[in-house]
Amino acid sequence: MSQFDIEKLPKGSKGFMYDWGSDQRAFKGVPWGKAMMWIFLLSDTFIFSCFLISLMTARASTVVPWPYASEVFGLTVFGTSVPLLLIAIMTFVLITSSGTMAIAVKYGYEKNRKLCGWFLLATAIGGLTFVGMQAFEWSKLIFHDGVRPWYNPFGAEQFGAFFFMVTGFHGTHVSIGVIFLFIFARKVFRGDFDTGRKGYFTSMKSDYEAIEILGLYWHFVDLVWVFIFAFFYLW
Amino acid sequence: MSDEYIDNKIETKSADSSSGGYAPPADHIPAKEAPDQELYHAKSFWTKWVFCQDAKVIGVQYALTATAIGMIGLILSWGMRLQLGFPETFSFLGPATYYQSVTMHGMIMVIYLLTALFLGGFGNYLIPLMVGARDMVFPYVNMVSYWMFLVAVIVLIASFFVPGGPTGAGWTLYPPQAILPGTPGSELGIVLMLVSLSLFVIGFTMGGLNYVITVLQARTRGMTLMRMPLTIWGIFTATVLALLAFPALFVACIMMTLDNLIGTSFFMPEIFTMGEKLETGGGSPILFQHLFWFFGHPEVYIVALPAFGIVSDVISVHARKNIFGYRMMVWAIVIIGALSFIVWAHHMYVSGMNPWFGFFFATTTLIIAVPTAIKVYNWVLTLWRGNIHLTIPMLFSLGFIVTFVNGGITGLFLGNVIIDVPLSDTYFVVAHFHMVMGIAPLMVVFAAIYHWYPLITGRHLNQTLGKIHFWITFIGAYAIYFPMHYLGFIGVPRRYFEMYDSPYMASGVGLNQFITVAALIVGFTQFIFLYNIFTSWYKGEKSERNPWKANSLEWHTPDYPPTHGNFGKELPVVHRWPYDFSVPGSDKEYIPQHVAPSEVPAAKVEKT
Repeated sequence: MSQFDIEKLPKGSKGFMYDWGSDQRAFKGVPWGKAMMWIFLLSDTFIFSCFLISLMTARASTVVPWPYASEVFGLTVFGTSVPLLLIAIMTFVLITSSGTMAIAVKYGYEKNRKLCGWFLLATAIGGLTFVGMQAFEWSKLIFHDGVRPWYNPFGAEQFGAFFFMVTGFHGTHVSIGVIFLFIFARKVFRGDFDTGRKGYFTSMKSDYEAIEILGLYWHFVDLVWVFIFAFFYLW
Repeated sequence: MSDEYIDNKIETKSADSSSGGYAPPADHIPAKEAPDQELYHAKSFWTKWVFCQDAKVIGVQYALTATAIGMIGLILSWGMRLQLGFPETFSFLGPATYYQSVTMHGMIMVIYLLTALFLGGFGNYLIPLMVGARDMVFPYVNMVSYWMFLVAVIVLIASFFVPGGPTGAGWTLYPPQAILPGTPGSELGIVLMLVSLSLFVIGFTMGGLNYVITVLQARTRGMTLMRMPLTIWGIFTATVLALLAFPALFVACIMMTLDNLIGTSFFMPEIFTMGEKLETGGGSPILFQHLFWFFGHPEVYIVALPAFGIVSDVISVHARKNIFGYRMMVWAIVIIGALSFIVWAHHMYVSGMNPWFGFFFATTTLIIAVPTAIKVYNWVLTLWRGNIHLTIPMLFSLGFIVTFVNGGITGLFLGNVIIDVPLSDTYFVVAHFHMVMGIAPLMVVFAAIYHWYPLITGRHLNQTLGKIHFWITFIGAYAIYFPMHYLGFIGVPRRYFEMYDSPYMASGVGLNQFITVAALIVGFTQFIFLYNIFTSWYKGEKSERNPWKANSLEWHTPDYPPTHGNFGKELPVVHRWPYDFSVPGSDKEYIPQHVAPSEVPAAKVEKT
């Protein structure tokens, strides 16, 4: 029986037509889980787009002045007030965790169990640090500055509402990612992907592709943060 | 229709088929790309029938749950009709209960019945069978999807029993009235509704990812996208729409829940109530309308596209003729789906938008008439000179075509701003959308159930009861909705609790009573249908294999009805489209999809 060889397929625009005109799979050589994650992320993109477009509408239509971001998000360090300091650190940590995630995926495909696991753990800790700093930021805004979802002293009240809702929704995404990173780190250290141990819930085998799929999710969450960063802190 | 297969030209691989032996070059189908799917084999009653991972069982679970909640929606409509037709005789419905009935009827029918039934029910049952897969690609996630849907339904039902009752804000749930005192159910009812919708979206996303990936990545050998039955095209496109449209609803639900529970002002402008200014202010109610209708309009096509697909297959099979213009049909489905994302504000002509917006959205709306009309012509041309069997599925399909044309034409009226403005919020609108997205898709649901019931249970539904069901439903639906158009023209407003003696109703009183009587009869007939479904399950006439002589894969499984894993040891190999009926030159009346060209050498038509 002739074997399926992805290298022999047509490339470029011809390849596109071939793939979509062919049988079995529209995305050749792409495992189901990975295709699913891409489509899910597309759907999730629409969620975040709706949030951010709503924010733009609110900001454009409110009659009360919109708060000045670098004032709201400033930190006073050693007596000098530095705008956006905490956010800069948060963003740096999150983007770095994307880097460690990419390295974990690489070691996963090399079946280097130890290093893959450690880098997953590093990513998880990066994510955890991010969520922790976000909790710090929230508590500063709530307890120190008196910002509430229904009120804020700096100006339009929609600012507080959108800020807590959107960063909260993003923070939830990061937290879910962190939980899965810990679970997958454990799976990798235990060697589930090498021994073909079956999943607790699904009772299905899984392999290192799962790390890449988790990586897709993690990079997406980071990318979304870049947009949230731009819309809340820079605009 | 010729479908050039690139592999035929390349001629690099050895031409072997699944049987392993020599096969003629014409039968060549590319080799298997990926190993067979590993399935979870249930061991106990619970994992086999309750927490089941088999898409077929999940489909039936979805369908039964959706039907059960749909019956509640039906009974609610009886209450409304009695109130409207005979407000003095039947006074058990107060204004608050009336609005709650309207709201819950709309929400239940659109989302929990039709969406769940078409995508969750038919999608789950048919997609793996029709594309030649063993199951959905993520059976576990698929199972969770159903249970999430069930929880959403339970939360929805729970809202009937909380203090204040379910929300009575109208199915569009427009804020600020939906969450302000004075609207029934503005305390807990609306919160439970929003939570239920959010759960539905989450559950649907899990299922929807399954449907999309199964269609894109898990087809059997030889099953190209352009050989898929139109049913699958309809369900697939609708699922893509749902995955992109439901996020807007989800976001709107979250924002309104926050407005209601913790007092944010996303959708709340400055409001005075009972002489006092509310704390909220600065929000935009129009924003909610945009979010809602960005979901709401594609939702119409989430319901309609699967209906388009299914009816195409049913018409083709029961008229013994290939579907006219298959490729046109596919592209029409895709184009309608794409256009449905840029027409949403035609629901908002009277919301106070910039008039140029109305101009833009009227234009895009009317453009949708083009692919839709193509589909109608193609259905009619499929019937033309076909060998039409007036079976019950065919009767319902014919009913669908007529009803859909009817509802579509009133859609052209309402799509134009200048006609819509005076007709807005009258019964004309009610008649329009019930015709086009109520009755028409339901006709297809019935056609589909009569068509596939033998596959699911191995028995036929009772034909006599079926004919009674069809004629009363069909004629009754027109008896209900034709007069409603007239009521709309003379200016009877919708959403009014009582208008018995109002000047609008001078000539409409008798009509209104007539509509109510017709609605009661049609509603009752649906219970006959349910009775038919449940009794035929164990008493119905046994169906032989492939009773309609259809070509698509679901009828050609080794076990009939299909069992877990669908296709026995070897997955089928597909050589043609599912519409090879009455092929010239062939000695067979129909050629199933898995029949190789060398087995029917005399057939003169391309295999596509």
